[in-house]
Amino acid sequence: MTAPLFKFGYFNDEVSLIVAFVIGIFFGLVLEKGGFGSARMLAAQFYFTDMRVFKVMFTAIVTAMIGLFYFSWVGVLDLSLVYFGETFLLPQLLGGLILGVGFVIGGYCPGTSAVAISTGRIDAIFYALGGMFGIFVFGEMFPYITDFFYSTAMGKINLPELLDINYGLIMLVVILMAIGGFTAAEWAEKLMANKQSKARG
Amino acid sequence: MLKFKEWFSHHHEDNAMEGHITQKHYTNPYLIGLLLGIVLLSTFLIMGRGLGASGVLSTAVSVAVDKVAPSQTENNDFYKGYLGDGTKNPFKDWLTFNILGAVLGGFISGAISGRNKLMVEKGPRFSKGKRFLYAFIGGSLMGFGAKMARGCTSGQALTGGAMLSVGGWAFMIMVFVGAYGMAYFVRRQWT
Repeated sequence: MTAPLFKFGYFNDEVSLIVAFVIGIFFGLVLEKGGFGSARMLAAQFYFTDMRVFKVMFTAIVTAMIGLFYFSWVGVLDLSLVYFGETFLLPQLLGGLILGVGFVIGGYCPGTSAVAISTGRIDAIFYALGGMFGIFVFGEMFPYITDFFYSTAMGKINLPELLDINYGLIMLVVILMAIGGFTAAEWAEKLMANKQSKARG
Repeated sequence: MLKFKEWFSHHHEDNAMEGHITQKHYTNPYLIGLLLGIVLLSTFLIMGRGLGASGVLSTAVSVAVDKVAPSQTENNDFYKGYLGDGTKNPFKDWLTFNILGAVLGGFISGAISGRNKLMVEKGPRFSKGKRFLYAFIGGSLMGFGAKMARGCTSGQALTGGAMLSVGGWAFMIMVFVGAYGMAYFVRRQWT
C-alpha cells in the first residue's frame, strides 16, 4: 500500500496546496476542452440537442470507479483512507433537485462557471455572485434548518452495502447503465438533429 | 508585452460565436470523460480525496460575513466550518487552490482553442439583461442546493458517483430530474 500518497506522508500540507493547484489546472483544461465553458453547450443537455454533459460525466465516473477498484485490488491503494462523504438522504435529494433547477436556469454548475469566467463569459460572473448569495441565504437559514440538514443520516454507505450486492456486480450494472445511456444519448441527438433540419426546411 | 485584450481574440478563427453554438475544436465527449476520470482517479490516488468546486465560494461568503458581522458567525456551525479555528487563513485551503488551478487551466485551454472571448452565453432570442438575471437566480439556487446536499456536481456527483456513494447517486439523479423538469420553462433563454 502506497496510495493515497498524501495519507502515507509522502508530502506535507504545504505541498498538498501545490498539488491542488496542478490538479486544478488539468481539471480546468479538460472541462474547457470538453465544451463546458459554454452555458449553451451545458444547457443543450436538457433539450436533447447535445448530450455531452451526460456522456462526459458517466465516462468519468466509470473510469474513476474502475480505477479505484483496480488499484485497491492490486494492493496499491488503501480505499479506506480515501475520504468518503456520509449520506444524509433527504437533504441530498432536495439539494440535488434545487441544484438541478439552478443548473438549467443559470447555465452552469460551480466547477464549470470557474472555467467560463476565465474564458470571458460575463454571465458566469453573475452566476458566481448568485452562488455566493445562495450560500449566504443558506448560512443565515442554517440555525433554523439544522435538524433537517442532519436528518435521514445513513452514515458512510455505498450502493453495494445498501443493496447487499457484490461490489463487482454493482460496477457491472453501472457500466451497462452507462453504455445503455450513451446509446440512448446518441439516438436522441440524431433525432433532434433531424427534427431541426426539417424545421429549417 | 502582450496586451490583455489580445489574449481574448488573437485567433483568425473565432471559435466562440454568439447566436449559435459552434462545435469546432471541442474534443470527443467520451475522450474528455476518460481524461476527466483520470484527473479524478489521480486525485484519489495522490490526495485520498475527490474534487470539489463549491467550497471556495462558501469560504468567501463565510469570511465576508465574519468581517461584516462577527456575531453572526460565532454561533453558526455552518460558517465556522469554513472559517476554521483561526490558526490559519481560511483561504489557505485545498479546494481554493484546486479551483484557482481550474481557472488557469480553463484559460490556457481557451487560449489554445481560440475561445477566450468577452461574451454572454445565451440563445439569440434572449436579452443580455435577462440572461444576467437568470444567471444570478440559477447561481443562487445552485449555491443553496449545493450546501444542502454537502457538495455540487464535482463533489457529490463525480466524486461520490465514482465511490458508489448512496448520497452521491441520489444527488446526481435529482440534479437531472430538476434540470429536465425546469428546462421547458426556460427554453427561450437557450433556444
